[in-house]
Amino acid sequence: MMNLSDFKDHFEQLQTENPESPIAQIRLEGFHAFDKAGLPTKRNEEWKYTDIGKLFNNEYRFVADISDSSLTSTDVDAIRLPGHLEANEIVFVNGRFMPVLSKFRSPQGQLTVLPLEDAARGIYKEMVREHLGCSSAYIKDGIHALNTSFINGGVFIYIPKEQELNHPLYIYHISDARQYNILSQPRSLIYIERNTKVQLVETFSTIGTSECFTNQVMEVVVHNNAVVEYYKIQNETANASQVSTTHIRQTGRSYVHAVTVTLNGGMIRNNMNVVMEAAGNEAHLFGLYILNGHTHLDNHTLVDNVKPNCFSNELYKGILDNETIGVFNGKIMVRPDAQKTNAYQTNKNILLSDDATINTKPQLEIFADDVKCSHGCTVGQLDENALFYLRARGIPKSDAQELLLKAFALDILDQIKPELLRGYIEQLITERLSVNKK
Amino acid sequence: MLSITNIHASIEGKQILNGINLSIQAGEIHAIMGPNGSGKSTLAAVLAGREQYEVTEGAVTFLQKDLLEMSPEDRAREGVFLAFQYPVEIPGVSTTNFIKAAVNEKRKYRGEEPLDAVSFMKLMKEKMAMLRIDQSLLSRSINEGFSGGEKKRNEIFQMAMLEPKLMILDEMDSGLDIDALRIVANGINKLRNENNAILIITHYQRLLDYLQPDFVHVLYNGRIVRSGTKELAMELEENGYDFIKEEANLITAE
Ligand SMILES: Nc1ncnc2c1ncn2[C@@H]1O[C@H](COP(=O)(O)OP(=O)(O)O)[C@@H](O)[C@H]1O
Ligand SMILES: [Mg+2]
Repeated sequence: MMNLSDFKDHFEQLQTENPESPIAQIRLEGFHAFDKAGLPTKRNEEWKYTDIGKLFNNEYRFVADISDSSLTSTDVDAIRLPGHLEANEIVFVNGRFMPVLSKFRSPQGQLTVLPLEDAARGIYKEMVREHLGCSSAYIKDGIHALNTSFINGGVFIYIPKEQELNHPLYIYHISDARQYNILSQPRSLIYIERNTKVQLVETFSTIGTSECFTNQVMEVVVHNNAVVEYYKIQNETANASQVSTTHIRQTGRSYVHAVTVTLNGGMIRNNMNVVMEAAGNEAHLFGLYILNGHTHLDNHTLVDNVKPNCFSNELYKGILDNETIGVFNGKIMVRPDAQKTNAYQTNKNILLSDDATINTKPQLEIFADDVKCSHGCTVGQLDENALFYLRARGIPKSDAQELLLKAFALDILDQIKPELLRGYIEQLITERLSVNKK
Repeated sequence: MLSITNIHASIEGKQILNGINLSIQAGEIHAIMGPNGSGKSTLAAVLAGREQYEVTEGAVTFLQKDLLEMSPEDRAREGVFLAFQYPVEIPGVSTTNFIKAAVNEKRKYRGEEPLDAVSFMKLMKEKMAMLRIDQSLLSRSINEGFSGGEKKRNEIFQMAMLEPKLMILDEMDSGLDIDALRIVANGINKLRNENNAILIITHYQRLLDYLQPDFVHVLYNGRIVRSGTKELAMELEENGYDFIKEEANLITAE
């Protein structure tokens, strides 16, 4: 069981050890916020269906307690994603950016990757000062503040203007839970300049069977005429839980395409925020979750339309089996200035078991009058008519189910543009759906 | 080939078929006619194995086997084919892959090797030409966005690919214009031989003009109330079902 005083001790230790850190002040503000908010409970509206507090019934090692993990490049090999030979690979272990395990294939002029503390001192310090922590204005709960309190070993990623990265960025969050229960709190800030094109892929892996809780925050700043693809792949084991926040600010007129795929894990909460800070922004948010066992997944999304003429489309689809629990909360905010907003949202679910549940809720807050917003959600079983149609042609029931479920997932799968990654996810899905056969 | 004895069936506790007897020999064409809601599609669904319908009494043998014991997929592999009144749209599943899987399931059931890609394409082309079906239709998802007529044609195309022994055509003629009806009917005629049989469910004479039935049965209130030859169909076309209904109601009243 972890309580507030444990966190306080660790926090003070971190601050005393690094008194000169340019991030000390942000951490301090984070800790004050944490102290005030505490860990969220189910009484907190944003956490109504996800009892994150219960994860703190476990004791976790803080990163600072552990001498550096002994993970080697060979250990990382086991979890690399397809396409990695062509990718820039950024490796975090137990929440800390590990330059020695990371690999860079884009030339310096196209991509700069620095420890966050270094970036906060050098020529990027204004960017860090301005944007690090910007998500705190949106997510005010204790979990988020906890990450900010312990920013240590984060990463700063910079894409200079006029660069089309032909090597995608793969970010691995690895937790080494071979010996201890681990609390990992990775932090990253990605700054994407104008006229750029970049693909980001983020994935999580836990090595070992102890309990692991990853509380991760990524903040992304996107400038004019940038095209950003973002993929989050969650396929861990039941001992691995996480809160994963991706907060994207489209500060220039730009294009964001994000896909979150969740196939396995313990308790998972995703916050996917897009803030439309420039007129004419466009964002497409997709989610696919295929859950079994006892996985609990809570997808919270936010599209905040601050400026006029922005377009967003959101489609999340899920298949829930066994005793899984799903939550979808999609918030669309339209500020008074944001006339001519187009914002669409859909959440579709198939329940394969009587014991699986889904709570799905759209949340529209509209303060402008000339807008087009729509939302819809469905929860259902497999289409009996379709199932019978396939069987009546000689297709076995289990194959027919698999075909229909795969077809359901297909339109999200098709949003994964890197071919190798798509193929890999398709294969995972096929394996999963054939396991789900009844 | 098919022998239906005293079949009673219900759905959600509602009795729909009230004792149907029907025997079909290889090489024959039977037509079932009858007013809306009389149970024609229910009979077809019971034969194809739709699980929502509960057979409360009676037996069906198909080629000496107990049909009611079999799963829908096994019935299909044994040679029962239902051309649906309302073919289902299945987005995300390619028609061609689906048909290939169906063909190969049937082959597997008979202990045959799956068709290789070339032989499958050859077979497709041949049947496409016969039914004047466009390739583009088959590369789409199953029935997705198909017009009513295209859906029906796709049913018959699947039937041609699977070469079933018992073809059950549920309201095949609805949604087809005159030209399409002719093409489909000619296709069906080409599939006929002395080893297979056809059960046509229809309201209208026009399909029967093409596929001369050997026997015509009238289904009303879940029972076959009259059987005859193709002249019965013409009589119905002329006089409607009223006289049948009156007759049947009289009998029930007795
Ligand atoms: N799924 C169902 N649930 C309840 N009643 C049904 C269902 N399907 C058919 N029925 C009823 O069964 C009767 C026969 O229907 P059907 O077999 O479709 O008739 P037909 O094909 O002769 O027009 C009708 O009264 C219809 O309302
Ligand atoms: Mg009918």
